[in-house]
Amino acid sequence: MLELALDARRGSFHLYVECSFTSSWTVIFGPSGSGKTTLLRLLAGLDRARRDEGVRVTFDGRDLAQTKRSLWLPPGQRQVGFVAQQPALFPHLSAAQNVAYGLHGMARDRRATRVDEMLALAGATDLAARRPQDLSGGQAQRVALARALAPGPRLLLLDEPFSALDGTASDALLDRLQLWLKENQVQAIMATHDAPDALATGAEVLLLTEGRLTALGPAAQVLAAERERLLNRLKSR
Amino acid sequence: MDWQAFALSLRLATVTTVLLLAIAVPLAALLVMGRSRWLAALEALTSLAMVLPPTVLGFFLLVLLGPRTAFGRGIATLLGHPLAFSFDGLVVGSVIYSLPFAVQPLVAGFAAVDTGLVDAARLLGAGPARIVSSVLIPLARRSLLASVILSFLHTMGEFGVVLMLGGDIPGATRTLSIVLYNQVENFDYAAANRTAGILVGISVLALALIYSKARKRGMPPPRREHA
Repeated sequence: MLELALDARRGSFHLYVECSFTSSWTVIFGPSGSGKTTLLRLLAGLDRARRDEGVRVTFDGRDLAQTKRSLWLPPGQRQVGFVAQQPALFPHLSAAQNVAYGLHGMARDRRATRVDEMLALAGATDLAARRPQDLSGGQAQRVALARALAPGPRLLLLDEPFSALDGTASDALLDRLQLWLKENQVQAIMATHDAPDALATGAEVLLLTEGRLTALGPAAQVLAAERERLLNRLKSR
Repeated sequence: MDWQAFALSLRLATVTTVLLLAIAVPLAALLVMGRSRWLAALEALTSLAMVLPPTVLGFFLLVLLGPRTAFGRGIATLLGHPLAFSFDGLVVGSVIYSLPFAVQPLVAGFAAVDTGLVDAARLLGAGPARIVSSVLIPLARRSLLASVILSFLHTMGEFGVVLMLGGDIPGATRTLSIVLYNQVENFDYAAANRTAGILVGISVLALALIYSKARKRGMPPPRREHA
């Protein structure tokens, strides 16, 4: 279970969210600029809260960050995987080497097996030898997903991770990923501003508006208005 | 041609460059990735040698490393000889004098690396040393080469610090620049031309190496999306 209390400012933007995520798959839904990425970066430890901010993040009973106690675990010690919209693959390494990057210290044969498994899960087996500059946006996102999963995170954070994939490919990958996460008991949080993506997973949805939590509950309930709007749009065509 | 001075200059430049590399890489990484409020002061201190006249720097070092200060006396006791007017002293002076020329290309190169890549490495458990060796250095190779070559050339051609701190002792502190100065002072322009020609030749070769590497690397061709 992930519990968070975030009271943080980034310039004129104020993020204030206090909630618990109990579901294995949660979607943070909100328009661009609503604070989704800021929230995910604070969870991952990529952004460090200032002392005068009130930030507390607890995952499965373990404190990841608590400004009151000046506690801040570095990203690499949080057992968190993060896939951003920009895949940020290391350009000087092949796709397989990118996936192996987080397996530093693992025996070579085990590492190779793990890399193969993760590339297969992401549907990127045939991309193993390619360099990032030879990959399309969608292919790079698949490799970035495999890289984030390889070290075996306990929490997976996804920030519009499949935006470069077409709908069918994205749905198929999402189905495989959800099954794998369930089998491996990994909690996932996905940020998106795309209503069909949020509705498709049937997840718990956190609605974020201008840095504030405005609703939290089942997708069909929280996104009822969005669902209605989409249906009306389809009917009118 | 004073081959002894030539060999001494090469030795001084090589030792200085190796030491500078060991200091400048972690220092540049700290300046780029660090968060401390003191980093601006550290960066200013690193660049100080660039704006100080070499003779002023040489004078300060001469006083600091000489028998007038406790530090200089301590060093002399430790090494068995004073650092001033010795090859070791020249190395210390050269490292301080050329530090900004080693650090600044690296800071520029490291800062140009996409922060998303550094974030990705941090998330995958890489500590600062691994981020530097596996992400920053491979992606800032040209800056590293520029840092090495600038440090080497700057040391090869330094004059003010060398003269102040080392004097003119054949085989110990007499470098090519000092030889050139002596030749001009003695109106031996033919020899001075040869010495200057060697210094210019080394500089041109080194710079050609930087630019040829840069041209070979080039820009990657744009890729078509085919998801």
